[in-house]
Amino acid sequence: MSEVQQLSTAPFDPRFPNQNQTRHCYSSYVDYHRCIRKKGEDYPACEYFRKAYRSLCPNSWIEKWNDQMEAGTFPGKI
Amino acid sequence: MSTWSQLSFQDSASPLMEELIMFHDHAMLVLTLVTTLVGYIILTMFSNKFIDRFLLEGHLIEVIWTVIPAFLLIFIALPSLHLLYLLDEYDNPSLTIKSMGHQWYWSYEYSDFLDIEFDSYMIPSKDLEDNQFRLIEVDNRMIVPMNTYVRILVSSTDVIHSWTVPALSVKADAIPGRLNQLTFLVNRPGLFFGQCSEICGANHSFMPIVVESISMNSFLNWINNFE
Repeated sequence: MSEVQQLSTAPFDPRFPNQNQTRHCYSSYVDYHRCIRKKGEDYPACEYFRKAYRSLCPNSWIEKWNDQMEAGTFPGKI
Repeated sequence: MSTWSQLSFQDSASPLMEELIMFHDHAMLVLTLVTTLVGYIILTMFSNKFIDRFLLEGHLIEVIWTVIPAFLLIFIALPSLHLLYLLDEYDNPSLTIKSMGHQWYWSYEYSDFLDIEFDSYMIPSKDLEDNQFRLIEVDNRMIVPMNTYVRILVSSTDVIHSWTVPALSVKADAIPGRLNQLTFLVNRPGLFFGQCSEICGANHSFMPIVVESISMNSFLNWINNFE
């Protein structure tokens, strides 16, 4: 694993100016999966969404959603 | 942290807490002056034998005791609103930490870079070292770099908890299925303590929060050498 030299995280998003950031996490997760479905896993612009949802969503939520994605039961429109 | 017979705030460790303390002192000053003035007037009114022939009508005094309180209220309301909006201002943070409440411990996730995740349990009284505090020390502290904007996302996996650190002026309920955002900037190194602030079950009193603020270099060192 490469050394972390500088901190960076999901920036402020004007769509989610509130204390409640639940949708920020969820939209980032959905956007990432839409992005890779359309452009493929290696498309560099999708990285932004991946980093955002990794930073914002609790690991347990990501795990649950990933399981749902695999089983085809994820409720969001990908 | 709080100490015995402490009446006022803990020492602040963030610019916003500084502002909150100043506002508190300002409001208390106004309150003291008003109480003193009104108390003095009441006492003198009771302890003299004057008879006021203008008792039923006095326009001048009515104007005075309407206008002065109006100004006093403005002098309290404006700084209060200013502070309210300052507290709501989310600068672009450099670090996101997720803090999950569990029955009965906190767990922290740092997943901006590597996937760091750990639980933070209270140290039981019988395991305490001589220099540790009872019921407030934890085995794994939440580490943050000082002078850096940090975003905390508070959530829960079971019941409602509440994550708080008074020295940093932050408190938010940890609600299952919801992410509550807090941001703060710690302006000095040190340990800052807090306790779960929403009754969450039998061990509600035994899930403290400890924030350890260190320099950026030590922080990077800590992340890079985690486990």
